[in-house]
Amino acid sequence: MNVRDVANLARIELSDEEASRYQEQMDQILQYVEQLNEIDVEGIEPTAHAAAIFDVVREDVATGNSLSQEAVLSNAPATAHDQIKMPKVVE
Amino acid sequence: MKAANFSIAQLRSAYAAGDLTPAEALKSVAESIDSIDGDIGGYLSYDLDIALKDAAKADLSLPLGGVPIAIKDLINVEGHPCSCASKILDGKYQSPYDATVIRKLREAGAIPFGRTNMDEFAMGSSNENSGIKPCRNPHDLDRIPGGSSGGSAAVVAANTAVASLGTDTGGSIRQPASLCGVVGLKPTYGRVSRFGLVAFASSLDQCGPMTKTVEDAATLLQAISGSCDRDSTCLKEEVPNYSEAIGKDIKGLKIGLPSEYFAEGLDPAVKAKVETAIKQLESLGAEIHEVSLPNTEHAVATYYVIATAEASANLARFDGVRYGHRAEADGLIELYKKSRAEGFGDEVKRRIILGTYVLSSGYYDAYYKRAQKVRTLIRNDFEAAFSQVDVIASPVSPTPAFKIGEKLSDPLSMYLADIYTISANLAGICGISVPCGTVPVDGKELPVGLQLLGKSFGEEDILRAAHAYEVS
Repeated sequence: MNVRDVANLARIELSDEEASRYQEQMDQILQYVEQLNEIDVEGIEPTAHAAAIFDVVREDVATGNSLSQEAVLSNAPATAHDQIKMPKVVE
Repeated sequence: MKAANFSIAQLRSAYAAGDLTPAEALKSVAESIDSIDGDIGGYLSYDLDIALKDAAKADLSLPLGGVPIAIKDLINVEGHPCSCASKILDGKYQSPYDATVIRKLREAGAIPFGRTNMDEFAMGSSNENSGIKPCRNPHDLDRIPGGSSGGSAAVVAANTAVASLGTDTGGSIRQPASLCGVVGLKPTYGRVSRFGLVAFASSLDQCGPMTKTVEDAATLLQAISGSCDRDSTCLKEEVPNYSEAIGKDIKGLKIGLPSEYFAEGLDPAVKAKVETAIKQLESLGAEIHEVSLPNTEHAVATYYVIATAEASANLARFDGVRYGHRAEADGLIELYKKSRAEGFGDEVKRRIILGTYVLSSGYYDAYYKRAQKVRTLIRNDFEAAFSQVDVIASPVSPTPAFKIGEKLSDPLSMYLADIYTISANLAGICGISVPCGTVPVDGKELPVGLQLLGKSFGEEDILRAAHAYEVS
């Protein structure tokens, strides 16, 4: 694994010091995780959830449980015109 | 009369006798926090004014009427901060709503009071990853309280709280409970709603009680259990009366000892304590059997692939856009990268990177899918064991609390210490840690916990066994 490349995918900027420290730690962890490749999992179904539940649906009606616009915006780092303000995305 | 010294049951008796009012109790707990917690760091904050307003409306006839409960700082309580002990949220986020567990606590009469310290986003086994401040073990201030619910354990152990809520993704309730000498219960996956808990690994996380007695754990579990229409993974399984389960004897209860949990790596002094506790259970009428969980050795590797994969997806929401820390940046991608770089601590960054890697194209099958298959093998181990026994007994942590700083630079050695707790999360079963004595280390007495694992929705079995042991 190249820590810097993966950090880029994860949208985390790393300092040089972090990148070299994590690289060493991550190599060690991945080496340990390699043991999974020695296990025979032929024909074994994967478990995504301890309690398998599928397609939980409710009636398609508004529950009235949603937060108000004011509550949603109350934690936003920057707002303008009752919306979340962002840096320019499209030139 | 110091209210924080009480158990839930004792506090309720004091209310019933008219010795104390909820407002007096809250003020007393706040005094205990002010006088003791400075050295321990179990709390990140508390708000007495809001709590006193709740106390004025307290209905003492309810099961938790007027009882203050300390809350791990990743559980949303309306109007309170919820920092997850992370700089990315600290001072920048106030919960706009109550988590379902909080709504249920309020319906049972409880008062959420105080936000407890934790490893950042619940990632850690020592509380050293708190992005706000360290938390120390009340039994030895040079040692860790365990994690990630380190604060929730420390405040109960230090008598600065009556009881608390923690969360457990790989042992984060049971391990700090063990190291601090309190009772901690991780419910079966789907027993308790996760709505309003800041998610770490959604297929593993559960919220549960941390208390002074098994009786209190039953009371608190009763209040927070049950289905939730805002968490589809919270099951519609009927909630039994947990308080009725305790007090019943354990004659004929079949207890299994997994040989893999008593093997190399277990501190001899811890082993001796746990074995003495198991002898005690036998003398109370339990039948002891040997069982095998052959895939135990793969649990840590499996867990750290699955948990980090889920974490990398869950923590994508912390991007500086809708809430939390936003860095100064010119463009959108830079805003994401800098906000996350400045807001997250080391362990959170490491786990997001690892999780991103195991989910990335070309590695998904080799790591993530394979780990999910091994997870099936680990579940099958428990299924086979529980076809022979009702409860599995083991240590919680291979050692007593270690020294602050001892394992911080070596994440893998920290992960390996989770060996006895993480399988229960992978299998989705329930488990409890109950204190089983102390061992002397460097002139201090450090607590040891006995872990009792139960089958899915087997909370009554583990509560019954833990209570029988506790009162014997």
